[in-house]
Amino acid sequence: MCARRVARAALAAALLAVTTVARADTPPAGAASADQEGWERWKEVVGSGRLLATGGVTQVEGSAGGGLVPWAVLSGYGSDDQVGGAAFYTRVPAEDLMIQAYGGSLSFLQRVEISAAGQRVDLGGPIHEDISQLILGAKVRLFGDLVYTPWPTVAFGVQYKRNLDYSIPESLGSRHREDADFYLAASKLFLNGLFGFPVLLNTTVRATRANELGLLGFGGPHQNEYEAMFEGSALLFFTRHLAVGAEFRQKPQNLRTVDEDSWADAFLAVFINKHLSLVGGYVRMGDVAVWQNQDSYYLNVQAGF
Amino acid sequence: MRKRSAIACVAFVALACARPPWNHATLYDDLGGEKGIARLVSAFLVRLARDPISSPFFAHTNMERFERLLNEHLCQVANGPCQYTGDSMRDAHRGLGIDDAAFTALVQDLEMAMDDVRVPFQVQNRLLARLAPMHDEIVEGDPCSPFALSSEQRERCAKLEAMRASGAH
Repeated sequence: MCARRVARAALAAALLAVTTVARADTPPAGAASADQEGWERWKEVVGSGRLLATGGVTQVEGSAGGGLVPWAVLSGYGSDDQVGGAAFYTRVPAEDLMIQAYGGSLSFLQRVEISAAGQRVDLGGPIHEDISQLILGAKVRLFGDLVYTPWPTVAFGVQYKRNLDYSIPESLGSRHREDADFYLAASKLFLNGLFGFPVLLNTTVRATRANELGLLGFGGPHQNEYEAMFEGSALLFFTRHLAVGAEFRQKPQNLRTVDEDSWADAFLAVFINKHLSLVGGYVRMGDVAVWQNQDSYYLNVQAGF
Repeated sequence: MRKRSAIACVAFVALACARPPWNHATLYDDLGGEKGIARLVSAFLVRLARDPISSPFFAHTNMERFERLLNEHLCQVANGPCQYTGDSMRDAHRGLGIDDAAFTALVQDLEMAMDDVRVPFQVQNRLLARLAPMHDEIVEGDPCSPFALSSEQRERCAKLEAMRASGAH
């Protein structure tokens, strides 16, 4: 499938970028002085010139954010004259549904982020199938800085999604194979947030028709119009490297025959350095289509620059 | 039951006496007063000097004067009994071409310096929160960045390079 190849290529490209950047920390031995100067310039462009954790991690659809929610931050650590990026892998081994997501993103000059991600859910229980979808994302920071402005940073984003295994979604009543979500996000880090511990708050409003993120298609007999959904995140940093957080993501009920629940998660995020972060958490997914009570722990690993 | 409430009462008093975080002294006191700030500033200067991104910005700085002014500034910012006598942040950094990444490097140097002299994380954040709004007065962007393409930026870059070469600052 061509689209699946796109998602894998994006992950590969992002990983390649990450390893190149990681290697850029040590200049090549015996380089000529002109090369040296070019090398310095290149190092500056990928110099990860923002503070640790300010790029967030990568949410399940490939945009910079938390676990479920895209934030107004751009992926990686590129400053306003640098390029940043991240590659991620997320695994949600629920009882009947194994959800995996992977992909990569690049951000340019603290203005624009582009991302590509693949999602795959392996269905257990009565149906042994898998459903994949491709997600291409773009995000534009409109104004504000996460840390330095008294007001939050605000970004507008799009996630174009294409379901790659449409037979199950269609049989459940989905109306569209592909669709786009639009969202507006506002994020703010309060350095002296709670008793001297930094607090990050984020609110996102998303216009969507997706059923279970789009894994069960878009729209349905119950509701086929775009609806505004609320999403929120809160994090508390115990150190510069360690944060606990919780998120909420409201989801629409478009299909008639199966239920869709809003999701919530709680997690521990470890920002080892600007190139590697790990998240472990618990996500409350509730009932997903015919699979009941799919609450599960999850893991996310991200490499970036 | 009475014993338990007595224990609860003692625990409450003990907790209350452990100076709850919402009833803190001035930041100046928590940074260790004049001596604490002086130690922090000298640790910061060591970190700056070692940082390949920050150090070029101080290549032509009178470090003795800088150290004195930084002590005054931090003391004033932390509600200490001092008066900062230097230029405004905007004037002091005008034309230096400090970009976002250079500012970040400086913040990281300060964070590491605070770790070096064992300033507690919560006190660190109270200081950083007071310094953060200065970002916009200090950062003016790097006119020599590969992405600075306007003729105005190239002009500023030429000026900056001439200034760095002559050691004027």
